[in-house]
Amino acid sequence: MVENGIGASVRRKEDKRFLIGKGNYTDDINVAAQTHAYFVRSPHAHATINSIDTGEAMASTGVVAVLTGDDLAADGIGPLICGVTVTSDDGEPHRAPAHPALAQGKVNYVGDHVAIVIAETLAQARDAAEKVDIDYGVLPAVTDTGSAADEGQQQIHEVAPNNMCFNWPFGEKDAVEAAFASAHKISTLDLVNNRMVTNPMEPRAALGEYNEGTEEITLHLTTQNPHVHRLVLSAFNNLAPEHKLRVVGPDVGGGFGAKIFVYAEELVVGWACRKVKRPVKWTSDRTEAFLSDAHGRDHVATAEMAMDENGKFLAMRVMTQANLGAYLSTFATMVPSYLYAFLLAGQYTTPLIYSEVKAVFTNTAPVDACRGAGRPEATYLVERLVDVAAADMGLDPAEIRRRNFIPVDAFPYQTPVVQCYDSGDYEAALDKAMAMADYDSFSARADEARTRGKRRGIGLSSYVEACGIAPSAAVGQLGAGVGLWESAQVRFNPTGNVQVFTGAHSHGQGHETTFAQLVTEQLGVPFENIEVIHGDTAKTQFGMGTYGSRSLAVGGVAIAKACEKLIAKGKKIAAHALEAAEGDIEFADGNFSVAGTDKAMNIAEVAFTAYVPHSYPEGLEPGFDENAFFDPLNFSFPAGTHICEVEVDPETGVVEIVKYTAVDDFGKLVNPMIVEGQVHGGIVHGVGQALLEGCRYDSEGQLITASYMDYAMPRADNVPSFDVDYAPTNPPHNPLGVKGCGEAGAIGAPPAVINAISNALGIKHIDMPATPENVWRAAQTAALG
Amino acid sequence: MEMKVERPIAASREKVWAALNDTETLKASIPGCDALEATSDTSFNAQITVKVGPVKAKFKFDVSLSDIDAPNSYMINGQGQGGAAGFANGSCAVTLLEDGEHTILAYHAKANVGGKLAQLGSRLIDGTAQKMADEFFSKFISLVSDEQPDDSGSEPAGNGQSGGDDKMAIPTWVLVAGLAIIAVLSVTFMA
Repeated sequence: MVENGIGASVRRKEDKRFLIGKGNYTDDINVAAQTHAYFVRSPHAHATINSIDTGEAMASTGVVAVLTGDDLAADGIGPLICGVTVTSDDGEPHRAPAHPALAQGKVNYVGDHVAIVIAETLAQARDAAEKVDIDYGVLPAVTDTGSAADEGQQQIHEVAPNNMCFNWPFGEKDAVEAAFASAHKISTLDLVNNRMVTNPMEPRAALGEYNEGTEEITLHLTTQNPHVHRLVLSAFNNLAPEHKLRVVGPDVGGGFGAKIFVYAEELVVGWACRKVKRPVKWTSDRTEAFLSDAHGRDHVATAEMAMDENGKFLAMRVMTQANLGAYLSTFATMVPSYLYAFLLAGQYTTPLIYSEVKAVFTNTAPVDACRGAGRPEATYLVERLVDVAAADMGLDPAEIRRRNFIPVDAFPYQTPVVQCYDSGDYEAALDKAMAMADYDSFSARADEARTRGKRRGIGLSSYVEACGIAPSAAVGQLGAGVGLWESAQVRFNPTGNVQVFTGAHSHGQGHETTFAQLVTEQLGVPFENIEVIHGDTAKTQFGMGTYGSRSLAVGGVAIAKACEKLIAKGKKIAAHALEAAEGDIEFADGNFSVAGTDKAMNIAEVAFTAYVPHSYPEGLEPGFDENAFFDPLNFSFPAGTHICEVEVDPETGVVEIVKYTAVDDFGKLVNPMIVEGQVHGGIVHGVGQALLEGCRYDSEGQLITASYMDYAMPRADNVPSFDVDYAPTNPPHNPLGVKGCGEAGAIGAPPAVINAISNALGIKHIDMPATPENVWRAAQTAALG
Repeated sequence: MEMKVERPIAASREKVWAALNDTETLKASIPGCDALEATSDTSFNAQITVKVGPVKAKFKFDVSLSDIDAPNSYMINGQGQGGAAGFANGSCAVTLLEDGEHTILAYHAKANVGGKLAQLGSRLIDGTAQKMADEFFSKFISLVSDEQPDDSGSEPAGNGQSGGDDKMAIPTWVLVAGLAIIAVLSVTFMA
């Protein structure tokens, strides 16, 4: 048993530099001769650009350049792309309007990029940006998700009639209809999944440098996936060949999805630094982040469940309208389709599911993945519908779930919506959570609350999600433009310490600690002698980055495989040195030993021998440094039950979460402290969506929630101390036995909270965010006030 | 934003109409109004500076008048540019009704704000506009009303000129809304 190995709650290596102010974020980096960029953005949601006069801005103090879409087009840069194809019901690929990085003749949302002003100082760039004279021809705007595709709506893109990106039906429609026709009971629910602004703490930033001598561009970016950025910027945006483009994602202060995508500012900064032959730096301010970061969620849906007389689910039908914003962000099409509809079975044996997703364009910021990406939308819909079904059947919410759970002996379980769940024990998680939450004595607590004028409610959410993305063949079949394997390189230095290069990217997840634990467990090298390196295309071989709770389940396995190769090579070296047969060499706790003897060699000695191969196996390459790639065979399927208990004050509409229990199945835990931190963060993210966060555009397309005054983020006093535990099962296809954990809380929490509030008020449904105003109105309607 | 207000004024309709058409009266009623300039019989430019908290911002408004039916009613249309702070545009229907010796001034204003104004201040626009409108009318009424309040230290402005420009209606609402909007800028720049 090694110290600090798998299962140890080791304190995070990376925290020292963050805590003493020595983190190195993109905006911290300043280089000689650096200029500053400010983007001129459209104040209109929808307008033609009749003219742009940059003369006065160019003449302003300190201005180096003012560049527009014409300059970009002349250099053949762009457009931005969407990397996943969804086939619409007419057999055609989804409609993909041109997405120039700087507007060409038309703007389509408030915040759309019109020009870049580059100056010696940021203040000069801002001042000059005000002087760029743009004559707009304002057009009516479309902002509402539900009506964007209606007859007579203003058209946004010529290539997308009726503002439709795709209409994507999935499932056996006729069989579902037949099941509905003969059902004992049908439960129906209309709901909205509220639009979110992802809001990582560190705003986006880009620093571009061009070396005229090597003709290489170096881009420091706030990215979750430097190699994906480099690939897209090279292969699709024509910025520079891959070998002449270095992308570095240094310390990144949170991503939650918003930093996956290739944004206009990043491409424009990369292009502009070559054009002006000076380094160009851009850092988003908070308002720009609200305007131009990709947003999340924004669905309007109707869900129906057909049941037999025992409350057994016979069939489900879901009609969804999803807002993709003004243009397609990098992975926009995948989120409301494959990542959503393929999760609609939830934890249940529902044999028939039919889903139709209409994805629409609106004059709003592009919408793409935000922590959970599609799975929170699916889970919220399923888990809310199940509660409505329980009420319709007169069953306890826990009972209706039990009656429909996929039983523990049914795994692997093929759902009717593509996903084949590899492992799970849903009843175990439910039982444990109910015991921890003291579910059975809830009614006594509710009675007591009433004596104080409060309404107490309890809500379950039994979620499953598909992460650890993803098997390349599976996503390729679905239309993804990339493979989703991960790579690793584990390199011993001659002195025996280890550098681990991973294609995953840490922006808060603690990879430097967790991955080091994997290596210390497997190779027996002391934890402090292991350095995890990521985020630089010039250092790391390749990688798909971090999102979709994939880093450990995919990237961790790649590291383990590289370690296996080192052990195999080490056995050859040790066998030669110890004068034994390779087959007699055993490896444990960092030592190669000859079976049945006390002859042994430490792995550090083996590494030294590999670099100083004076006495070495014939034909064996020197060096102790191995690469591995891992492509998973299936998704990872974390699952669990969350139970939220609330007290609602019907007089004020204020909701207090008085108890929150989470029991999750993440397989084996490498660092339980980090996992619990992820669970806490995810739950708070989900509570934020359920109670507070709502991104709103007015009918003119103005973003009226563009600051923390109008967009409420969750704070410590919005949540209780969480009760967290686990009910693990072993995912058979994952060599480490691990499942993803980064998004689960954000997926599980929203329905738990809304189920609890609905229960407290005795109402069928309340849309998110359940702000005091909305809850008070619901209480008034329910005559509780 | 939408505002519908009726205010009784202790003056004849003709007098109120004249005051509404008098630049000096309006200028005196609107704090921060740096300039009002007629660009034709039915159009104006106005520049307003308002200091709220630590912030000063200037708005330039282009205003046009239509459907003028002296002394009963007219329409105001205006567009304001506040540079980096954003923009505003809107319309206002103004009606004067006789009510004995009083006049009821009714206006129905609709406005849209864009850019930073909307992004950072939309939550405050309605309340602020209401407050600014109240301030405007308190001053305006004190200048126009036959019942001079005790605390009125201001000189009645422009009474002697009131017969002049019948068609010249000053963009009352636009100025008021402009003030309201500008007030919000403080929030913008503090944020």
